[in-house]
Amino acid sequence: MSLLLFDLLLCGLLLALALASVLSRQLSHAVILYIAFGLLMALTWARLAAPDLALAEAAIGAGLTGALCFTALARQGRLAVGPTLGWQQRCWPALFVLVTLCGLLLVLLQIPVNPGPLPALVKQQLAASGVSHPVTAVLLNFRSWDTLLELLVLLLALLGTLQVAPAPVRQSSWVLSRSWSQLLAPLIILLAGYLLWAGAHQPGGAFQAGALLAAGAVVLKLNQQLNWLVWTNGWVRFFTIAGLAVFVIAVLAAWLLSDAVAEPVWLSWPPEFAKYIILLIEIFATLAIAITLTLLVVAEQPGTPLSLARQEDNETADG
Amino acid sequence: MSFGGELNIISTLLSGVLLFTGLLFFIAGSVGMLRFPDSFSRLHAVTKADSLGLGAIIAGLMFYCSWWQNLLMLLIWLLVLASGTVSCQLLARFCKNKQDQA
Repeated sequence: MSLLLFDLLLCGLLLALALASVLSRQLSHAVILYIAFGLLMALTWARLAAPDLALAEAAIGAGLTGALCFTALARQGRLAVGPTLGWQQRCWPALFVLVTLCGLLLVLLQIPVNPGPLPALVKQQLAASGVSHPVTAVLLNFRSWDTLLELLVLLLALLGTLQVAPAPVRQSSWVLSRSWSQLLAPLIILLAGYLLWAGAHQPGGAFQAGALLAAGAVVLKLNQQLNWLVWTNGWVRFFTIAGLAVFVIAVLAAWLLSDAVAEPVWLSWPPEFAKYIILLIEIFATLAIAITLTLLVVAEQPGTPLSLARQEDNETADG
Repeated sequence: MSFGGELNIISTLLSGVLLFTGLLFFIAGSVGMLRFPDSFSRLHAVTKADSLGLGAIIAGLMFYCSWWQNLLMLLIWLLVLASGTVSCQLLARFCKNKQDQA
C-alpha cells in the first residue's frame, strides 16, 4: 500500500517535471528541471528492478547531461540568459515531443505481454558467457553487436561535436571548489574501478564506470585541472579510438582462434577465454567512454589561426 | 523485509523521532527556498536545513542496518555535506558578483 503511494507520487512527479521542463520560459530553468527529472527517472528504474539502468541514468541523465546543457547555455553568452521564450517557441519542442511520444506508444503496444523465450535462454547459456551477471552477458557476449555499435555512435557524436566546438575561453576557478574536486578524484576513480569489476557478477559495467569517471573529469576540467585532456593530445585520441579498436581486434582474434574459419560466427567468444576478452573490452571501453563523454561536455576547438584572430577581435570589441 | 521487527520499543521510538526531525528540516528548507526574498537567504535555508535533515534521517535509519551499511551511509552524508557547502558557496559568490556588477 505504502509502496503504491510512492509509485503514484513518483509517476506524478515525473510527468509534472517533464511538462514543466518542456514548457518552461527560461532555458536555464528547463535544464534544472530536466536534471531533477533525471534523478527521479533513476529512482524509477530502481523501482522497476533495473539497477543497471538506474546507475546509468543517475550518472548520465542527471549528471552529465545537465553539465552538458549548462556548458552549452554558458557558451551561448548573453543571448540565452536574457529573454524569456514566447509560447510559440515553447510549442514547437512540445509538438515534437508529442509526436515522438505517439510513435513510442505505438511501439510499446506491439511488445508482447509475456517476455517470451529469451530470458530463459540467457539463463541457460549464462555459464558459457564468461560472466555471471545476465545483463553484462547479454551486452558483451550474446548481443555484443549492439554494444559495438553504441561505441561507434559515441565516437561519431564526439567527432561531430568537435567540428562545432567553441574556441577556448579563459575562465577562473575558485580555490575551494578546486580542492574539493581534487579530493573527490581518488574516490571517483576507486568507485569507477569497483563498478567496472563488479559488472561481471552484479549491476555495473563499462558504461556506468565510464560515465562516473567522465563526471569526475568534467568537474576537474571545469576547475581548470587536467590540462592534458584535450583532443590535440595524441594519447587522448589513441584511447578514444582504442575502445572500438580493441573490440574489433577481439572479434577478429576470436574468429581466427575458433575452428570454423570457413563459416565464421561473428562476435562469439570461445567460452574458455570469454571472461578475459570481456574484461579487456570493458577496460578499454570504460576509458573510451570516459574520455568521449568528458570531451563532449568540455571540448574546445584547438586554437586555429582563424579562431584566435576572432577571439582577439572579440576582446578588442569588448575593451 | 520487516522494519522494526526485531527492535525494542525505545529504538523504534528514537528512530521515529529522528526520521520525523529530518523530515521537518527538509520541509523547512524547502519552504524557505520558496518563500525567502533573496538568493542568499534561500541558499542559507536550503543548504543548512538539508544537511542537518539528511543527518537526522541517516541517524534514524541507522537503527535498521548493519554496521557496514551504516558506515556507507555516514560516508554519503559527509560527501553530501561537503558538496552542498562548496556548491552553496559557489552559488553565493556568483550572486555576489552579479549584485556588485548591477
